Amino acid sequence: MSVATRAPQTRAAETASVDSRHVTPGRRHSPTRRLKHAWSSTLWGTVSIIVFVCSVFPVYWMLNTSFKPNADVISPTPQWWPENFTLRNYVTVLFEPARPDRANFPSAFMMSLAVTGLTLLICLLFAFIGAIAVSRFKFRGRRQYIIALLVIQMIPGEALMFTIFGMVDSWRLLNTVIGLTIVYLAGVLPFTIWMLRGFVAGVPADLEEAAMIDGCTRTQAFWKVTFPLLAPGLISTGVFAFIQAWNEFLMALIIMQGPGAYTLPIWLRAFQQATQSTNWAAIMAGSTLLALPVVIFFLFVQGRMTGGLVAGAVKG
Amino acid sequence: MTTTVSEARAEQPTPDRPRKHTRKKRLTPWMMLAPATIVLLVMTGYPLVKMAINSFQKYGKAQIFGAPPEWLGLKNYTDTLTDPTFWAVAGRSFTLMAVLVVATMSLGILIALLMMRVNGFFRLLISIGLLLAWAMPPVSSVVVWGWIVDTKYGLLNWVLNTVTGTTDWSGHSWLIDPLSFYAVLTVIITWMSVPFVAFTVYAGLTQVPDEVLEAAQLDGAGAVKRFGFIVLPYLRSILLITAVLQMIWDLRVFTQVYTLQGLGGISSQTDVFGTYIFHLGSSNLGAAGAVSFIMVAMMLVISIYYVRKTVKDEEI
Repeated sequence: MSVATRAPQTRAAETASVDSRHVTPGRRHSPTRRLKHAWSSTLWGTVSIIVFVCSVFPVYWMLNTSFKPNADVISPTPQWWPENFTLRNYVTVLFEPARPDRANFPSAFMMSLAVTGLTLLICLLFAFIGAIAVSRFKFRGRRQYIIALLVIQMIPGEALMFTIFGMVDSWRLLNTVIGLTIVYLAGVLPFTIWMLRGFVAGVPADLEEAAMIDGCTRTQAFWKVTFPLLAPGLISTGVFAFIQAWNEFLMALIIMQGPGAYTLPIWLRAFQQATQSTNWAAIMAGSTLLALPVVIFFLFVQGRMTGGLVAGAVKG
Repeated sequence: MTTTVSEARAEQPTPDRPRKHTRKKRLTPWMMLAPATIVLLVMTGYPLVKMAINSFQKYGKAQIFGAPPEWLGLKNYTDTLTDPTFWAVAGRSFTLMAVLVVATMSLGILIALLMMRVNGFFRLLISIGLLLAWAMPPVSSVVVWGWIVDTKYGLLNWVLNTVTGTTDWSGHSWLIDPLSFYAVLTVIITWMSVPFVAFTVYAGLTQVPDEVLEAAQLDGAGAVKRFGFIVLPYLRSILLITAVLQMIWDLRVFTQVYTLQGLGGISSQTDVFGTYIFHLGSSNLGAAGAVSFIMVAMMLVISIYYVRKTVKDEEI
């Protein structure tokens, strides 16, 4: 019996066909088998816990350290739990006074918020109308445009950093929110158009046409029928753009060189350099504060992350 | 027919109105794409061309302060390609990429297989762990790992001291020696990249039809054979695309290397392409341009498979 012919049969029929062959009846349920089964499920359970511990450990260690007084952090024997629980490290970071030579958390936070928010807003607007153009219109060059979007994503920012720096400098936009936002827009637009394109294509144009037959104008049909269906797609794409801009390091390092203009990742690195080996507890508190918004948003859209990144590959 | 014409006349009495109308229709998608296209042309297209031109010019300190660049022909390229530093950097980058791709892919596949094997509780446990590791911002991750391997108060040295029962590891620096720097870097980047591979492969594994696997099992195929002859062919395209993406991401890695260098690595001994260009750019933009151009070319060659496959799968 070939694999192909057996495939559509039911499980019961398969078991029956096994029993009718040379396999000893009842062997599947013999005590040794059951023991082996129990043993293997314990084994895989243990391995699962090891995987869990390995992936979570640095996050746990970061939180654990951030809630301990610094004296406990540098004690010779590590404490696995913040025995003298304190929020002082967070206070140190959040209310660190501004100094002319050094950025402080509040200013870096505001900077990150401004750049990320502006990038998000403009990027979603541009990407949304762009995505509608490439998925709802037939025009010459459409295919080439979509392929170009894919190829652009492969060009490493590392290679362009100095020419981009020169351009932003010549526009007198170094150390400004606008300057970094323009740089980030170019970074996130290809992917967001690509991602939104999938969502727009997922809403059938027939729906819009049906609404138009029922008396809507084209614009009304779009806003009343298509747009509400696209809202989840816009949210996921927006979260993606947010995470990208919030975490971005290289361009911020180059464009935002004045301490007053630091974004959070640059601030964290500078803070770590300035206090290294004296205040790890505060560094971990800073690290937690940088990670917190991203982790929250990330968990929010996690289901779409893999699908979006490998595009159509999952279809096999 | 006559009514349409008369209506058109009534609205706008120009005879060439139909032609104008189709032209307008043809331009609509391009108008919609214009904002995104302008950003991409100015912030990616122009820098790419400028970088390519710079790579044929002498572009040092004098030029930054306004002196006209001098044409050098291929000198930047011949200088770069005969510079042992460049080859050392290239060797490190490619070795790091190879190690990372192998480590990330094999761990990711194994964890995905594990998730197929265990029950819902353990699968949730693994997913939570992977998601947390995945969501951490790169700078936070590096700083936390830097704290774990810290010379004075790091947990790793304490664990090694405890396990070996000595004090040999007190004050051991993990980042000064390039090889051990790379070991730490590999652990950090693998930790961050495995979740993506694991989730993607897991999504692919759930698409492999159970019937075929059961049939093979009944025909006497063991776990290894089933994986090799059934699961792998089904997953082939997912695995290839994931591996290509990992290659691209690992070859252009910057943030992690740069931040880890700040924690105590010696940059001249640990530079990869991204950080090499960064450090080169402060003295010689022409040479940085040549290295950048070589890097872009490599990226595009590696990504050909990804782009072609995606275009085919998405039926663009």
